[in-house]
Amino acid sequence: MRIRSSILKLGLAAAAALLTVSPSVAQQPKVLRVTMHADVRTLDPFWTTQTIAGIHGMMIYDTLFSSDTNLKPQPQMVDTWTVSDDRKVYTFTLRDGLTFHDGSPVTSKDVVASMKRWGHRDGAGKQLFGYTASLESKDDKTFIWSLKEPYGLVIDTLAKTGTSIPFIMREKEALTDPFQQIAEVVGSGPFVFKRDEWVPGSKTVYEKFKGYVPRKEPPSGHAGGKVVKVDRVEFTWLSDPQTAQAALVAGEIDYLENPQPDFLPILESNPDIKLESHAAMGTMGLIQFNHLHPPFNSVKARQAMLYIVNNADYLNTIAADPKLQRVCFSYFGCDVAMETDVGSEVYKGPKDYKKAAALFKEAGYNGEPITILHATDHQYINPATLVLVQQMRKAGLNLDVQAMDWGTVVSRRAKKEPPAQGGWNIFITGTTVLSSSSPVTHVGISMGCDKAWFGWPCDAKYEEVRGKWAFATDLESRKKIAAEISKMAYELVPYVSFAQWRNPVAYRSDRISGVISVPSVPPMWNIEKK
Amino acid sequence: MTAYILRRLLATIPVMIVVALFVFFLLHLTPGDPAAVIAGDDATPAEIEGVRRKLGLDRPVWEQFGVYVMNLLRGDLGTSIFSNMPVMTLVMQRLEPTLVLAIATLTVAVAFAIPMGVVAAWKADTSVDRVVMGFSVLGFAVPVFLVGYILIYIFSIQLRWLPVQGYRPLSGGIEGTLRSITLPAFALGMTYMALIARITRASMLEVLSEDYIRTARAKGVATPSVLLRHALKNAAIPIVTVIGIGFALLISGVVITETVFNIPGLGRLTVDAILKRDYPIIQGLIILFAGAKVLVNLLIDISYTFFDPRIRQ
Repeated sequence: MRIRSSILKLGLAAAAALLTVSPSVAQQPKVLRVTMHADVRTLDPFWTTQTIAGIHGMMIYDTLFSSDTNLKPQPQMVDTWTVSDDRKVYTFTLRDGLTFHDGSPVTSKDVVASMKRWGHRDGAGKQLFGYTASLESKDDKTFIWSLKEPYGLVIDTLAKTGTSIPFIMREKEALTDPFQQIAEVVGSGPFVFKRDEWVPGSKTVYEKFKGYVPRKEPPSGHAGGKVVKVDRVEFTWLSDPQTAQAALVAGEIDYLENPQPDFLPILESNPDIKLESHAAMGTMGLIQFNHLHPPFNSVKARQAMLYIVNNADYLNTIAADPKLQRVCFSYFGCDVAMETDVGSEVYKGPKDYKKAAALFKEAGYNGEPITILHATDHQYINPATLVLVQQMRKAGLNLDVQAMDWGTVVSRRAKKEPPAQGGWNIFITGTTVLSSSSPVTHVGISMGCDKAWFGWPCDAKYEEVRGKWAFATDLESRKKIAAEISKMAYELVPYVSFAQWRNPVAYRSDRISGVISVPSVPPMWNIEKK
Repeated sequence: MTAYILRRLLATIPVMIVVALFVFFLLHLTPGDPAAVIAGDDATPAEIEGVRRKLGLDRPVWEQFGVYVMNLLRGDLGTSIFSNMPVMTLVMQRLEPTLVLAIATLTVAVAFAIPMGVVAAWKADTSVDRVVMGFSVLGFAVPVFLVGYILIYIFSIQLRWLPVQGYRPLSGGIEGTLRSITLPAFALGMTYMALIARITRASMLEVLSEDYIRTARAKGVATPSVLLRHALKNAAIPIVTVIGIGFALLISGVVITETVFNIPGLGRLTVDAILKRDYPIIQGLIILFAGAKVLVNLLIDISYTFFDPRIRQ
């Protein structure tokens, strides 16, 4: 009897304990644990062009327009807009319910100041402001953007993603010198940045912004309703790719943005992990030439490289899985609207080292050393440079391969001096397919001499054609101009691209759902933790 | 004794001055330009120059050095170019994980290595000795990252006993900290175990051949007492030296372990800063590391006086 009574008491106590525990279990915050491709080291998304700064910005700031899953611009903070008949005046009205994290309303003054600051730093922004006559606030919710002449990319530029995204800050921060970092991080986006928990190089924490009013449309890419379904998002920086994949397998993180290609088969074989990639997701490799010095100041030497560079060799070295590979001969990337291989016949053809050697000779090359900057600490630039060196040696070229870290390449590539005086002839880099998909946002495609990217390609006629693209008003006209640019690019060879490969994201499908597929800058809204 | 410590302390001043000079000028001779990194890929040379001006990197090197020294004297290590946070704050954020890792590693290493070294010396030229020395060679030869990956695979992925990565601060409870630090401490401890075991064995062998040990044995003193009370104490100076140097190395040189196990410590902060050319962080950390090494050396010197009273005179 006593035993039965004790058991009864124990049962009641256990039930009471469970009842008291249950509410606290229900109140456990839902935390999404994420590892991005880099750590959030800089909080000002205009101050740096790093993609990670864009990812951080996308968490806390909002944008006027956003790209949907088909990369088409859709309104985000903007409610309505009109364009004048002469296509020179755009009038925008902000939607209701927009507030900053400090509770103050978003006004058109914030928009004007933010756009002006962004326009000082971003390439596409600079281009847009080059055609801007004025940008003014009309009232709290309306602003007017007047152009000197019709420019076809106003909305596309405002909806751009990838790097240097046109975020809206408070006017107070937006008036900061664009080359100095903002002091406070207060946005109007779906998440609030937790500065007190930020450990640069290790951890960045965001909490759901309860005052955020999402759009009514369903989410699509970066567009549509940004409905946050977790309480907190923690970015944990795992610099070692092996540890990152192990952490995902062990369930210590829910989402891994950039698993190294070598580990994809391991992740793929795990039924609880899903790999996902957007059609326009990926990286394109670029072999950049210095057009100021021999031998690549001669178009013949640059054309010779088309007989040397073999796409497949790079792909097999960087991303061995055929599912990730995309042999691509389009200067604007493949699987995007502007994809075109016009003029690529030589590059597509069989490799011919004798022909390459003959062209180098015609360029006046007599065995002088060609200086290659080799970033040995970079995940794909290192192996790609090794492949390039092998291919160029097959053509009998004399190479001076200089090993260094990427930080040194970044500094060295800005030098215009001859290679013997600290300059260079070739370095390898990469760009996202998203950035390269437009002749405006793709910095490497410019041949604007001093205004062009490192290597300073120079051709006025080519630049004239490239300039026309931005003024075309419909997709078909743009495609036509893109084909024209491609033809000229294969004749003038500003650089040589070596294929395209995908970098899928990996996540625990047994723990999270609602992951939105985008080419770059993954959004954390709509993700539900099971 | 006090005069001895004071003399040692004064001797550290010129060392620190030389370190400050060396660090500053060496960094400014190193290729790399934070302005180019900050300005971004599509920045024009004029914009890069603008950033350089804003950072004060366009000023003469001597002027920059003057500012650096003045700030240093005020205890200001500067502000990170990229995160815009004071270097001291960044260091304080990272100090606890590194210190805990260093202490845990040395504890593990000493706890295993000294008995191993003593036993190897006692059983010199037997199979026990060969096993210990074999382990010692292995400890040196196998890279830390490989040991780390093997431990992660066994204890985190397969057995699920311990976390793959991360550090739980002491403020969250000692249990969490111990769980997060166990694998890194063993991975890193392997090398130090090997080092300390070898030194202990060599030092013990020398002492065990001394006359007073033979006398103790002849008097019938028990083996454990001979080994621990007579031999180990007299063999302690080289062992303490190695432990001290090991601690100083651990503070500044745990980059690989911190990376593999994602411990947000000073080692990773240093490497990240070097790769980004974040000069204020690099300068601040080297000064701090140099200071730590000087301090540890001082402590080692003081500890000698306890093991060998002759040094006090």
